[in-house]
Amino acid sequence: MTPLAGYLLVAALLFAIGLAGALTRRNAILVLIGIELMLNAANLNLIAFWRYGPHPEALTGMMFAIFSIAVAAAEAAVGLGLVIQIHRHAHSTNLDDMNRMKG
Amino acid sequence: MQESISFTPQLAASPIAQLLWLIPALPIVAAGLAALLKQARRKTAAGLAIGSMSVSLLLALAAFVHVVGSWMHGALARETVNFAWIQVGSTSVDLGWVLDPLSAVMLVMVTLVGLLIFIYSVGYMAHDENYTRFFCFLALFAGGMLTVVIANSLLLLFMGWEIVGLTSYLLIGFWYQRPAASAAAKKAFLVTRVGDVFFLLGMVWLFAQTGTLLFYNGGFGSMEPAALAGLLGQHAALGLTAAGAIGLLIFAGAAGKSGQFPLHVWLPDAMEGPTPVSALIHAATMVAAGVYLVARVYPLMQAGALAGGTTTALIIVTWVGAFTAVFAALIAVAQNDIKRILAYSTVSQLGYMMAGLGMGGVAVGMFHLITHAFFKALLFMGAGSVIHGCHEEQDVRRMGGLKADMPFTFITYAIGMLALCGFPLLFSGFWSKDGILEAAQHWSLAKGPFYLLVFGALLTAFYMTRQVAYVFFGTWRGKKPAHESPAVMTLPLAVLAFFAMALGLIGTPAWPWFHAFLDGHAAGFSLHGFAEPGLMALMGASTLVVFLGLGLGWWLYGGQVGRPAPRLEEPDVLQKAVPWAWAALRDRLYVDEFYGVTVIAFYAWWARVADWLDRRVWGGLVTGVAWVFRGWAQFNKFLDINWVDGGFDKSCEELATGGGLLSRIQTGRVQTYLRILALAVVALAAILIWSSRA
Repeated sequence: MTPLAGYLLVAALLFAIGLAGALTRRNAILVLIGIELMLNAANLNLIAFWRYGPHPEALTGMMFAIFSIAVAAAEAAVGLGLVIQIHRHAHSTNLDDMNRMKG
Repeated sequence: MQESISFTPQLAASPIAQLLWLIPALPIVAAGLAALLKQARRKTAAGLAIGSMSVSLLLALAAFVHVVGSWMHGALARETVNFAWIQVGSTSVDLGWVLDPLSAVMLVMVTLVGLLIFIYSVGYMAHDENYTRFFCFLALFAGGMLTVVIANSLLLLFMGWEIVGLTSYLLIGFWYQRPAASAAAKKAFLVTRVGDVFFLLGMVWLFAQTGTLLFYNGGFGSMEPAALAGLLGQHAALGLTAAGAIGLLIFAGAAGKSGQFPLHVWLPDAMEGPTPVSALIHAATMVAAGVYLVARVYPLMQAGALAGGTTTALIIVTWVGAFTAVFAALIAVAQNDIKRILAYSTVSQLGYMMAGLGMGGVAVGMFHLITHAFFKALLFMGAGSVIHGCHEEQDVRRMGGLKADMPFTFITYAIGMLALCGFPLLFSGFWSKDGILEAAQHWSLAKGPFYLLVFGALLTAFYMTRQVAYVFFGTWRGKKPAHESPAVMTLPLAVLAFFAMALGLIGTPAWPWFHAFLDGHAAGFSLHGFAEPGLMALMGASTLVVFLGLGLGWWLYGGQVGRPAPRLEEPDVLQKAVPWAWAALRDRLYVDEFYGVTVIAFYAWWARVADWLDRRVWGGLVTGVAWVFRGWAQFNKFLDINWVDGGFDKSCEELATGGGLLSRIQTGRVQTYLRILALAVVALAAILIWSSRA
């Protein structure tokens, strides 16, 4: 069976890819996709730590992951809704055009 | 005199003694109800007052009959009902009422005379718009007076005493629109208050010494031997025992209410009130309260009697009384106001009562009080009837010949006048005044009071003859013709006239029923009473004095008959003879003026001093303090503006600048934020990893 470190490595890789995507992309939808990648990297970690943890018979990790996925889905819905609204408003999904949100 | 009081204390009081509180309570309740009535409900107010007084009279008669009954059976009881009013720790302040011969006699007198005056007021006040208020005050007054009478506690007595003082103020100032009336009311209130302060002091002292203010309490009251012995052991200043000193303080209170010199000045001025008030307050009841008080605390006054059966306190009471009797009678000679003459006469007669108490004991003084109450109420109400008939005229020089116009008033007034003068045999005043003169004659210490009182009797006959000659004889000198008063006013006069004559018969030397009743002996009828050595001579002498006074008065003033009307400016007969003496008497021997330049001037000066102190010293102090605080406030203001405000403004500026600087980080670019977030996460992670290593 693959050791825990393997999963953690994959998760870290996934997180790094997501972070890079979120930071470098200008398109709001791609930034959202990057964030989703990071979330799922975290989910992978949750599952891995549960599976290799002291009480794998209790479904705690699974529960965490499912909650996290549900929250992520809601978050994606809200995020996409925002993007659609912004697009209607500014006719663009480019984040650099949305620089008016400051005090 | 002989004071062999052998009252047996009776613990279980009879039903009438239990109900005794109703006698003062009924008029007080009636007063309370009348106070709630509208001004227009005249009949209801009068009905309430008269009804409550009638029931009180019936109860008083029942109480009197009960006391007489038990006296007849030989076991004369003093029945008391006491209860604790306030209890603080082991100290308790008790109130209670007492039914004994003294209070029973007073109850009947006050309720009977009071009721007659109430009825008379219906006629006298018929045209007054504040009729309801008048009856409310009258009823309250009667309630206060009856409280004084039944009180078995000096404190309860004092409460009634103050109600009486308050209502006398209200009634004297009843026509408050008249400046003279409101001034007289204030004067009466303040002068009696002087006496009351002493009374209160005496009361507090008595309570401090004996721990009780009850008069009789089955051996533990303050008027009973145990407490008196304790008081005699204490020595106050000037060779007085505590008993004598307390007695004198209480006498000072009594002197205030009873118009004794030098506190008599309020009583003549009090004639500004309506005439029924004068009759009620200044003849029958309120002024009698002082005499009654002295009779009540008589054991205290008499405690530790010297060889002559008298004490320092009683000697002072005697001299004050005798002096007042002559002093006021002298002034009465030169007055022209019909009510003022009677007022000074009242002061003089109260002096007789006090002297009688001082020399002859409770019964002698009280007998004159009772007879005087009837004939003086009669005289005042007769005077009221005259004033009413003469259209509110009070100056005797503007009356005259009323014998024909007001025959009924004339007859009753003449009876009252003869009773007051002490006309022999038929009239009550003769017997009661003779009792006092007899006591004065037997007084072992000095003959001074006796001669003073005999002289007073002469003056009394003289000034009353002068008044009657002016008012009822000669020719009419007024403007509008006079008319007789309605029956509601004359009928009470008739009842009083009957008592003014008949009452004397219960206190003759042959049948001293009244004295025996008050002292608790058995009464017996024997003509040997007259055989006492010197008694016949004394009666003869006093008769002679009365006739002398009457004759002198008639000789000087009776000559008005048939003469043309004298003008007001025309000087009096006596004025022509001795102008300086007349002026002194007319101006009331300058007592008021004396007070004006001493007490009042002192108070005025003191008020100016206080005013100056207030303005300059205390005012200056307050202003100084205010200036200090204002200076301090100025300093604070300076600090605030230059320091606190500056610092605050500076820090606000700095905060704003800092905020401006920090706001630069907020670019509005989402991705910049994300990058900072990522860097921060990395930094945090680095710190965590690094710290877990260490």
